[in-house]
Amino acid sequence: MTVDWDWSYTGDILPDLLKGLRYTIIATLAGYAIAIVLGMVWTLLRRTPFAAVNQAVRWITEFIRSTPLLVQLFFLYNVLPSWGLSLSSLTTGIIGLGLHYSTYTAEVYRAGIADVPRGQWEAATALNLPRSRVWLDVILPQAVRRVIPTLGNYLIAMFKDSPLLLAINVAELLHEAFEVGSKSLMFLEPITLVGLLFVAVSVPSSILVRRLERRYATY
Amino acid sequence: MSDVLDSYQLLLKGAWVTVQLTLYGSALALVLALVFGLVGTSRLRAVRALNRVYVEFFRGTATLVLMYWFFYSLPLIGLRFTPMFAAVLALGLNVGAYGAEVVRGSVNAVPRAQYEATVALNFTPLQRMRRVLLPQAVALMLPPFGNLLIELMKGSAVVSLITISDLMFRAKQIQASTGETLWTYVAILVIYFVIAQVLQLAVRLAERRVDRMLGRAPSREASLSTIAAGAPGAEVR
Repeated sequence: MTVDWDWSYTGDILPDLLKGLRYTIIATLAGYAIAIVLGMVWTLLRRTPFAAVNQAVRWITEFIRSTPLLVQLFFLYNVLPSWGLSLSSLTTGIIGLGLHYSTYTAEVYRAGIADVPRGQWEAATALNLPRSRVWLDVILPQAVRRVIPTLGNYLIAMFKDSPLLLAINVAELLHEAFEVGSKSLMFLEPITLVGLLFVAVSVPSSILVRRLERRYATY
Repeated sequence: MSDVLDSYQLLLKGAWVTVQLTLYGSALALVLALVFGLVGTSRLRAVRALNRVYVEFFRGTATLVLMYWFFYSLPLIGLRFTPMFAAVLALGLNVGAYGAEVVRGSVNAVPRAQYEATVALNFTPLQRMRRVLLPQAVALMLPPFGNLLIELMKGSAVVSLITISDLMFRAKQIQASTGETLWTYVAILVIYFVIAQVLQLAVRLAERRVDRMLGRAPSREASLSTIAAGAPGAEVR
């Protein structure tokens, strides 16, 4: 086994890869913004007193959560145009990522609210606090600090799922690496670099998440 | 719609490949999770470091990148894998890293007094693990493992990008031959959903069994630490 690592080639392809990294980051952050907001919408809808809305939302989110993101991306990419909704592949990818992960963040919010001790609800009732104050001043402040580290995890998870966007022709990191690789038929350097770039971003962010966890620890 | 249903044989073949990938991948992931998870509970710093390196590296890379690397890059330095092997390896290594964190966290979450009791009773380290710590840790591991299993099954859809004819791959074939985009994707989404529900049911049954074995009441809804199974900062409590 001989390892022929070509350093000058590595230097040549780096600008292309960094261009791809830009798209990866844009898709991740925009998708995350959608996921954070939409997840809250799902959670609130699940708490409405209407059983029909409740169950519908429950099964919709369950369906989205238990089917692969890649299939959903293809679905959005191929089906939306035939319904007269033509979006760029990047926008489609962002919507797909955001929608998929919103079902995860919804679960996180739900668990975070459920994690607030019952005594807090009871105390709020005993003090006769109005509903808005129960939520804004008692429950949510405690729920939010519980979910922050977990939400941070999903940002990392989304970052790692963003290479799937290459399947719908978004010029993200892995896509670019594959492109430069197929031009020169040298795949070792670009794809190894992509792997290292991912580790280089993921590991520090996971350390950051652990810090957050310690900072917001409630036990 | 009927065109899609007429090609049910292709769909079934694809679904079978997806199920196989899930089974092989999770078997590999389970072994890696147990080995590296238990290594992570060692008292020796050097041994624990082994766990950290494995977990941080494979949790940090995307499965697809890993798969591409095995499939496109490693052949150039003389390591050739069949697509199936590359896929199972990538899925197993990635999910195994999350699983290792779950195993480590669960074993550490067993009350300290249990460990002290085994020492007082002069158990060997093997007996301690097998008779006392693991049986209690397994009950904590199962719910997060269930989540990881579903994640692995969903993650297996990317193997279509390295030419394996799984469900997703078959969908593209059927779409190309029938032109029925909507119904093709609806059909495979439903199949994926059914597979996920079956897996979930199996995990539920296992959970109930373990809970009964330990005389615990099963929890009905997932807690925060279960949801983010094995992710950084999601210690099992």
